[in-house]
Amino acid sequence: MQGFNKVVLSYDEALDGLTNNMTIMVGGFGLCGIPEGLIGKIKCMGVRELTCISNNAGVDGFGLGILLEEQQIKKMIASYVGENSLFEKQLLSGELAVELTPQGTLAEKMRAGGAGIPAFFTPSGYGTPIAKGKETREYNGKMHVLEEALTADFSLVKAWKADTMGNLVFRKTAMNFNPMAATAGRITVVEVEEIVRAGELDPNHIHTPGIYVNRVIKGSFEKRIEKLTVTK
Amino acid sequence: MALTREQLAQRVAQELCDGYYVNLGIGIPTLVANHVPEGMEVMLQSENGLLGMGEFPTEENIDPDLINAGKQTVTAVTGASYFSSADSFTMIRGGHVDLTVLGAFEVDQNGSIASWMIPGKLVKGMGGAMDLVASAKNIVVTMTHANKKGESKLLRKCTLPLTGAACIKKIVSDLAYIEIHDRKFHLIERAPGVSVDEIVLKTEGELIVPENVPEMVF
Repeated sequence: MQGFNKVVLSYDEALDGLTNNMTIMVGGFGLCGIPEGLIGKIKCMGVRELTCISNNAGVDGFGLGILLEEQQIKKMIASYVGENSLFEKQLLSGELAVELTPQGTLAEKMRAGGAGIPAFFTPSGYGTPIAKGKETREYNGKMHVLEEALTADFSLVKAWKADTMGNLVFRKTAMNFNPMAATAGRITVVEVEEIVRAGELDPNHIHTPGIYVNRVIKGSFEKRIEKLTVTK
Repeated sequence: MALTREQLAQRVAQELCDGYYVNLGIGIPTLVANHVPEGMEVMLQSENGLLGMGEFPTEENIDPDLINAGKQTVTAVTGASYFSSADSFTMIRGGHVDLTVLGAFEVDQNGSIASWMIPGKLVKGMGGAMDLVASAKNIVVTMTHANKKGESKLLRKCTLPLTGAACIKKIVSDLAYIEIHDRKFHLIERAPGVSVDEIVLKTEGELIVPENVPEMVF
């Protein structure tokens, strides 16, 4: 009996069931707070034709960028993809489709997906190319665009700590899109820096309750920095 | 003389008030943080999920888990908080941020802004810009008044795909401080040494010029 023990010991177990043509939702902002080991495992598995929902697409050779190398992603739903030359190349050649989504709309689409709200009206993007073909409606004298929720077959999340029951704590700005991604996956897999026994995390300080989490794996992280800036 | 990047930031900083929560875009807007008047407290919001952004870290304090919306390593000030991107845009779209500063390719006299896409060039994405302009009550756009060929970027109607429609009310350009209302640009201040004639020449949209246009004071 496994009960509420969500811990898995191998990446094979962590991503068991992930197959071609699935939709994955991946937490992270730039290279900050990304599930590095899970992304690496997807590359090894060689699954293809993935639709990937993530704010960014990594950089060449790191993060989601490594899945572009083997052309495993057919469609990317993101808000900003400017840091990746391979991405540009595949986009221009038509190998890759991209659906650009305002960052706040993307966050809310993920939140709504996890919360059972199929669509919502937002003022973001009204009057812009993003609103093309979408229903619009006036509320309080202001125009809004109907945006639909996003869910995924697999959500891949990076957290700082988890307990064995899948309760999660994030660290600093590595939180970003991870809490919403955790709620919106049919199967949510979380890669963490540390797994503690149930009861060791203060229930007052848990960001994501374990109900959203199916599998937890302890990873090791390079935490590459995209733009190192220092005060001399 | 047209304002330098630092002077632009300095002029925008005059729009700050004590106790403001402020979101600064990438580029010149970021420089505004260097010109917060002495004794004034503002909290900087970074839309990836940080309220209370501080300076860049020293070598010893670099933390890959602490970055700003431009993906640069930063620090957090006393009283800072971290939150999800959904919460971050609850602050932004919900109108809780007091001042938003961002750049633009074009602004028109209806207050529409184009800042994210040049057709024919590769589109990198809008990031948080569309959300930032959609609901903020107080937005300042910083931009050069004209492009390198001398063509106006303050237009009757934006030619590039929009970031937001009818949402901009204040522009600090390198030549002037301009407000938008009644579907017209209104010249409020000019950069030191810049003539009204030059501003008129470089503003394609309808510009209302009052009798007296004071120079900016730094």
